[in-house]
Amino acid sequence: MFTNGSFSQPGSTRMLTFVIRRVAQIIPLLVVVSLLVFALIHAAPGGPLSLYLDNPNVRPQDIERLRRQMGLDQPFVGQYVSWVTAFARGDWGYSYADGRPVAERLLERVPATLQLIGVSTLLAVVVSLVVGVASAVRKGVDRVATIATVAGISLPVFWFGLVLQLLFANTLHWLPSSGRASFAGGGLGDRAAHLVLPVIVLAGAHAAGWSRYLRSSMRGALEQPFIGAARARGVSDARLATRHALRNALLPFATVVLLDASIMASGAVVTESVFAWPGVGSLFTEALAKRDYTVLMAFLMCGSAAVALLSLVADVVVHALDPRTREAVAL
Amino acid sequence: MIRAWLRRHRAALVPGAVLGALLILAAFAPLIAPYTFDALDLARRRGAPSLHHLFGTDELGRDLLTRSLYGARISLAIGLVSAALSAAIGVTVGAVAGFAGGIIDAALMRLTDAMLSVPRLPLLMIAAAVLEPSVPLLITLVSAVGWMETARVVRADVQSIAVRDFVTAARATGARAPRILLRHILPGVVPTIAVALTLSVGRGILLESALSFFGVGVQPPTASWGNMLYQAQTTMSSEPWLGIFPGACIFLTVLCCNLLASAAEPDVVAARETRR
Repeated sequence: MFTNGSFSQPGSTRMLTFVIRRVAQIIPLLVVVSLLVFALIHAAPGGPLSLYLDNPNVRPQDIERLRRQMGLDQPFVGQYVSWVTAFARGDWGYSYADGRPVAERLLERVPATLQLIGVSTLLAVVVSLVVGVASAVRKGVDRVATIATVAGISLPVFWFGLVLQLLFANTLHWLPSSGRASFAGGGLGDRAAHLVLPVIVLAGAHAAGWSRYLRSSMRGALEQPFIGAARARGVSDARLATRHALRNALLPFATVVLLDASIMASGAVVTESVFAWPGVGSLFTEALAKRDYTVLMAFLMCGSAAVALLSLVADVVVHALDPRTREAVAL
Repeated sequence: MIRAWLRRHRAALVPGAVLGALLILAAFAPLIAPYTFDALDLARRRGAPSLHHLFGTDELGRDLLTRSLYGARISLAIGLVSAALSAAIGVTVGAVAGFAGGIIDAALMRLTDAMLSVPRLPLLMIAAAVLEPSVPLLITLVSAVGWMETARVVRADVQSIAVRDFVTAARATGARAPRILLRHILPGVVPTIAVALTLSVGRGILLESALSFFGVGVQPPTASWGNMLYQAQTTMSSEPWLGIFPGACIFLTVLCCNLLASAAEPDVVAARETRR
């Protein structure tokens, strides 16, 4: 699509400028986030070295020496600029907690988080497709689904996790309560069993929200004149819902799924720490407890970048698939 | 007025009544609670729910029902105040963006999008951990990240009202922009704002409890539903009631807020329909 690049196809060049424009919008976002986080950590009583202030083995002159070594005696702007340029170059510094490179610590946790988020998203999408379509079409289903989905979006994630743990792990002993695998290593079944509860918790809230969204956009689609026309032609109700209305409701649904990435990220932090899932989210809570600022900053920067990229993908997909939006998004 | 509204919105009856009851219980907690806040019942420490202690007791023998009632004051106060604050910010941003249009609109919406794409909970957790946590700080933080949804819906409504004939007429009579916005446009957005406000009470309570659950929210000895859960999580298998009841309180409150909001949804739709 982009390789062609000739002006005889204005659609694809316009697409390219759209993508470039959207990418350009991510950069100021990341600058704002980085400034915010950097300023926050400097606002901490004692600054980035506050961890050492309570340590009786660290003398005040040691702190003073560290402060000079780490450039913490420089003015704020200078510190920020040198940090942000180093960060952009891929130098994320070392963890305060164990001295290892931050990038290494983050990267080794990524697969577990991707697995958890991936499986949860998949489950939530499947559930919400079924519930959303069924409740848009069937009155009886709708009544039950409305109550269930409102309950789903109202559940405090961490409490839901604790209750499931109590019920299925500690009382019934059906499933393991935490971790990604048993100590012995464990086979595929063992790993799958560890995945069940965290996935239910993380997928639950999203499935509820997305079902509600799909239901209302299905309802909207079903009121369109072309549905009436199709019904007059004798198209069956089931085909009407799945082939005609769902096709129209699917695009906004996909957008919402992608745009919810930031909420998914927050949910993963909570879920991972409740179930001791060894992912990026539990690394974040560990780092928070130890005031491991380099890890915290890298986490937030990567999280915001990932979310921004996903919303970019959502915009581009909509832009490519739905011609109506092309005029509207031009800014 | 409220009675007439409730008659038209039967679905609001139960959640409205429950929320009202919770507010009364919270407001009069010192009078209603069976024990004083810090009373220790040393003979019944770690006691399961019983006639003496309906919600059970914790490791110091403090009555959990009493603590839940006092916790309600903090949790509800944070939810309500932060909802009011974030609604104020959201309505201002949304109304100005929708009414002014152009570059002001673009800038404000970029800001809104940026705020929406930062993972909220981790950002708040860092902020709350770094800046010594207190109730006013929590309210500030929760409202600082809770206004974006309101801003978006208010902007959309303001935009659709601003192009209507009566607004043009008002402008023709020489009314200035602030007057048009406040007297002619915003009254039509009231149902939308009310629903957004109700939803953000629930969101605020959830956010506060999540922060407290990670130990960076409301600090003991003050009790909130969230920090009661924080203290309960390690003993969940031996004294499950310590975690179940505060969590159920959060769930019930948020559920009622969301049900109330969805019961009022027809008003928003109706207001939008008459606008066409």
